[in-house]
Amino acid sequence: MEPRTALAGPDGPRGRAVAPLVELRNISKHFGAGETRVDALRDVSLDLHPGEVIGLLGPSGSGKTTLLNVIGCIVEPSSGWMRLDGETVYDEKWLRHDLRALRLEKIGFIFQFHNLLPFLDSTDNVAIVLDMARVERGAARARAVELLDYLEVGNRRNAFPASLSGGEAQRVAIARALANRPRIILADEPTAALDSQRAGIVMDLLRKVARDQDAAVIAVTHDEKIYNRFDRILTLRDGRLDGEEREIR
Amino acid sequence: MNLALRDIRHNLGRFLLTCVGLSLLLAVVLSMIGIYRGLVADALTLARAPGADIWVVESGTRGPFAEASRIPGDTREQIARLAGVAVAGSVTFQSIETFHRARKLRLQIVGYEPGRPGGPAEIAGGRMIARSHFEIVADQRTGLALGERLRLGRDEFTVVGLTRNMVSSGGDAIIYMTLLDSQALQFELAPPAARREKARGAAGGGIDTVNAVLARVAPNASAIEVAEAARRWKHLSAMTQGEQETILTRSVVEKARQQIGLFTSILLLVSTVIIALIIYTMTMDKLKEIATLKLIGAPDRRIVALILQQALAMGAIGFGFGAMLIVSVKDYFPRRVLLQPEDGLMLAAAVILVCVLASGLGVRLALKVDPATALGS
Ligand SMILES: Nc1ncnc2c1ncn2[C@@H]1O[C@H](COP(=O)(O)OP(=O)(O)OP(=O)(O)O)[C@@H](O)[C@H]1O
Ligand SMILES: [Mg+2]
Repeated sequence: MEPRTALAGPDGPRGRAVAPLVELRNISKHFGAGETRVDALRDVSLDLHPGEVIGLLGPSGSGKTTLLNVIGCIVEPSSGWMRLDGETVYDEKWLRHDLRALRLEKIGFIFQFHNLLPFLDSTDNVAIVLDMARVERGAARARAVELLDYLEVGNRRNAFPASLSGGEAQRVAIARALANRPRIILADEPTAALDSQRAGIVMDLLRKVARDQDAAVIAVTHDEKIYNRFDRILTLRDGRLDGEEREIR
Repeated sequence: MNLALRDIRHNLGRFLLTCVGLSLLLAVVLSMIGIYRGLVADALTLARAPGADIWVVESGTRGPFAEASRIPGDTREQIARLAGVAVAGSVTFQSIETFHRARKLRLQIVGYEPGRPGGPAEIAGGRMIARSHFEIVADQRTGLALGERLRLGRDEFTVVGLTRNMVSSGGDAIIYMTLLDSQALQFELAPPAARREKARGAAGGGIDTVNAVLARVAPNASAIEVAEAARRWKHLSAMTQGEQETILTRSVVEKARQQIGLFTSILLLVSTVIIALIIYTMTMDKLKEIATLKLIGAPDRRIVALILQQALAMGAIGFGFGAMLIVSVKDYFPRRVLLQPEDGLMLAAAVILVCVLASGLGVRLALKVDPATALGS
């Protein structure tokens, strides 16, 4: 598969005419019940479009991680409706049973801490995603090396995670998130473990990926210095999306 | 991509160390089972060697191993005349302690009539006794070599043959000699007072007493009926080979057997718990990786395989090393360690079962792991 080109031209990824990659309507999520009930998400509706890089802000406990988990089909919403890449996956209940296969197919994750598998070298940490998708080993490793080069950590392809610097590890993790060419990339504080210079580099990489793969990126961040790297910023407060969404560009 | 193998390779030292620990544990378990089997087998070798069907002993006793038994030397002829008896032979048994080449030797001496039941079942080296005096067949455990001379009482005996693994129920190595030599030795080694009595022919028919008479029955005769017939003599008692073996395992070594049996069971239980714990913690150590795997879309099959393969590899390597270890050291044990392939297979099966069950516990937990635990902090 060749990287898709953005439909809306080189500069503006806002192909509003194009169907959104992620559509959430009135998604709510609460944990527990009665006294201990926590409403992590209340009536969240949003659209993410191909090529967009979106920042997700909000105080601690406002539901940012929960929102990513819902979009990533890791946490089941309590109510609402959700469509990913044109497929309705949740409508008051999961409509697909093989959520893991769905994740493998459509979604790439970047974690706050890189979460690389300590017993695999950089190349295999990326290739494993393709291995899961039954890609033949040689091809999987070739693609992994290609991605590592793309993210400028090709020189560390045989290193194990323990010997990688924070920034290198994060870039390997991004390569892993991109391995199966997902069109939805979820990143939970991807730059929290990095200094601001490296954080900027990682954000530029995500932008590049969004453009090259025509993907939607949503990244949780607390880092004000990188706000200007986003197309839009959404703010969560007490599980609710703030009305005003800031258009950065 | 085999994740189990990759993880093992990455933590090879730790994995091997755990395997070594496990193999030591399993070696101990195997040796205990071997000691148990050896004890039972040893108890029976002396009784099984002659290949008898019937043991005729002094009436009112369960001799000659569980209790002392003395019967007149001519009993053999009476028994041989019984219908259904093919061949009979007199035997004596006595334990002695002697010094040979500055080494203490505890011996079980068996006197038998060459050509009749009572001698060694097979010879591992040299030959059977051919002359009527001063030749012995010794077990290898005595440390004696072919042609070596051994002084017992007033006489010197020459080792003409060797047996293997012939010991008494107490673990003493066996020496075979002719009945006549053994009777003379019994007389010489008896306390002086008893000796004087015997010489006068007072107690039990003088010097010509034996401890038991062994008989083999004719192919179509019933051992039970022949034993029945032998019991009609007031001064005799008789039992079949099966009864004799039961007495040996049930009475003679019963306590030791129970003791070792119980200890072996406890050891098995402890090992089960230890193996289960090792495998379980091994899985627990990987929960974060498992959560990550689930998050990136790994099917349960891959996660189960990761855990199960490692557990099985550990069990197999541990068992393999353990078995090799015990096989190479078993001959240095003072008493026989009898390793039976079926016991090994049983233990291997048990180890694999424990590994599977323990990793099953881990897998259950691993599959319940919320992939979200890998996300965020
Ligand atoms: N599995 C869970 N069970 C119960 N409550 C939960 C669970 N996950 C999240 N919550 C609650 O939901 C609310 C939102 O949590 P969430 O992790 O989404 O916040 P966040 O915005 O990511 O915070 P932070 O910036 O600290 O990471 C919090 O009050 C949290 O305690
Ligand atoms: Mg969070």
